[in-house]
Amino acid sequence: MKHSTITDLDATVRDLLTRHGRLRVEIASLSRFDDLHSAGLTSHACVDLMLALEDEFDIEFPERLLKRQTFASVANLSDAVLELT
Amino acid sequence: MPTTLIDPSALATIGARRPLVDVAQTVGAEFAAVHGADVDRHARFPSEAIEALRRERALGALIPISLGGRGASLREVAIVGETLARSCASTAMVYAMHQIQVNCIVRHGRTPFLLEVLADAAAHERLFASATTEAGVGGAVRASVCAVDPIPDQPQRFRIEKQASVISYGEYAHAILATARRAPESAAGDQSLVYVPRDKTTLELTSEWDTFGFRGTCSNGFVLRAEGDRHQILPDAYADISTQTMLPTSHVVWSHLWLGLATEAVSRARAYLRAQARKTLGTRPTSAVAVAALVARLAEMRELVHGAARDYELIADDPEQLNRIGFAIRANNLKISASNMVVEIVTEAMSAIGMSAYREDSPYSIGRLLRDAHGAKAMIHNDRILGANAQWLLVAKEEL
Ligand SMILES: Cc1cc2nc3c(=O)[nH]c(=O)nc-3n(C[C@H](O)[C@H](O)[C@H](O)COP(=O)(O)OP(=O)(O)OC[C@H]3O[C@@H](n4cnc5c(N)ncnc54)[C@H](O)[C@@H]3O)c2cc1C
Repeated sequence: MKHSTITDLDATVRDLLTRHGRLRVEIASLSRFDDLHSAGLTSHACVDLMLALEDEFDIEFPERLLKRQTFASVANLSDAVLELT
Repeated sequence: MPTTLIDPSALATIGARRPLVDVAQTVGAEFAAVHGADVDRHARFPSEAIEALRRERALGALIPISLGGRGASLREVAIVGETLARSCASTAMVYAMHQIQVNCIVRHGRTPFLLEVLADAAAHERLFASATTEAGVGGAVRASVCAVDPIPDQPQRFRIEKQASVISYGEYAHAILATARRAPESAAGDQSLVYVPRDKTTLELTSEWDTFGFRGTCSNGFVLRAEGDRHQILPDAYADISTQTMLPTSHVVWSHLWLGLATEAVSRARAYLRAQARKTLGTRPTSAVAVAALVARLAEMRELVHGAARDYELIADDPEQLNRIGFAIRANNLKISASNMVVEIVTEAMSAIGMSAYREDSPYSIGRLLRDAHGAKAMIHNDRILGANAQWLLVAKEEL
């Protein structure tokens, strides 16, 4: 596990979201729980983000996590990464 | 479910309603077949067949019995479309598209207002149309330009203006389901589905429908302008409505309809073969082998289409399964495969019959079937759908 705290993990997730999420708003303006889909995260961008997360953490998202809900917030993404690392 | 919504007179007639399969066959033979050529030639609405379906209370078929409908399954109404398509593809498409809208409200409209909409639709056999396509996004229906725009100082009211470049039978429908961004500040993919009754909507004609096939769907282009109350907005996000209902339902009812076209073409090829055989007793007509291959291909298509409908029915009430990428890919595969197969089968049937199929004035004519069959690929371009699947395959892991 590369990240000692959930804050570190959130920061990495936010960084990848900035690079691959193509959001309409500044990622800093969103809380952990704000809805990323309403912030403009498209299914296309979801795929890129997932690939980036897989690469960054050396994980593979299992089928059961490949759904909108997983990508709905920074918190959900961090939880998913935590579960897989 | 609120009991006040039950219309006792409607309940009393349920027993008297003819089974949907019978309705489809009679309306197909007595109305759709009789007027199909004229509907096609003049690109006019198939009013005789749609009125007949209405009299038989087939439009509200999917609506639960407690709300005055038949409580039919999606597979049952899809078979109605399949049957009607053998006589008139436009009638079948109007019926199919209407059922897609009804299914969205049945499955995602559990609010008092939308339950009233369904009860009213069942009691009066209302016809619903769809406005997903929009100038600027085309068939990329998971994005909208227009938005649900709040009216200043009236928090419960909204306004929509949509450049709806294709609305099938929009002028004949009682209401339209339109996609729009949830709010003016929402992202393109953050959409709502909104119920807009025609009497509170203006449709300004922008283009007419003069096409190769499906000419009777009267799919004109309009600027749609509507005002309404927020309770007309379906409570679920369109992202979920689309994944769980609109997309799989569309692909199921459309593929059944295309199967109907393919079945009719093969049936004409078989009739032609039998007639030839009677004339050439002792020698097998040359087209016999081609027809045998066609029959095999049709059986494959039927298995694909009916199987996909069964699979959807099995998980229809399990959002967890419906939200999986694998399900989205399979639902897309159905559209791609069935739309390719219908063109292939109808084309082969034309070639097996030959001159008599090429003629417009012969009982074995295939022209109209072939023109309608080509609509299958154009209706949301297959490249676009393959593109969506290609994107999912970058991350999907399950067996497909
Ligand atoms: C009979 C019929 C009835 C219809 N009725 C209705 C209706 O009632 N309501 C409604 O809203 N709509 C209706 N439509 C319109 C339909 O929903 C689509 O909007 C329309 O078929 C155009 O889809 P398209 O943009 O995918 O295809 P096209 O306009 O054919 O596609 C344009 C081009 O986009 C390309 N393309 C492929 N993939 C992509 C991609 N990923 N991104 C960008 N471009 C891509 C294609 O290769 C193609 O060259 C109807 C269509 C038909 C044929």
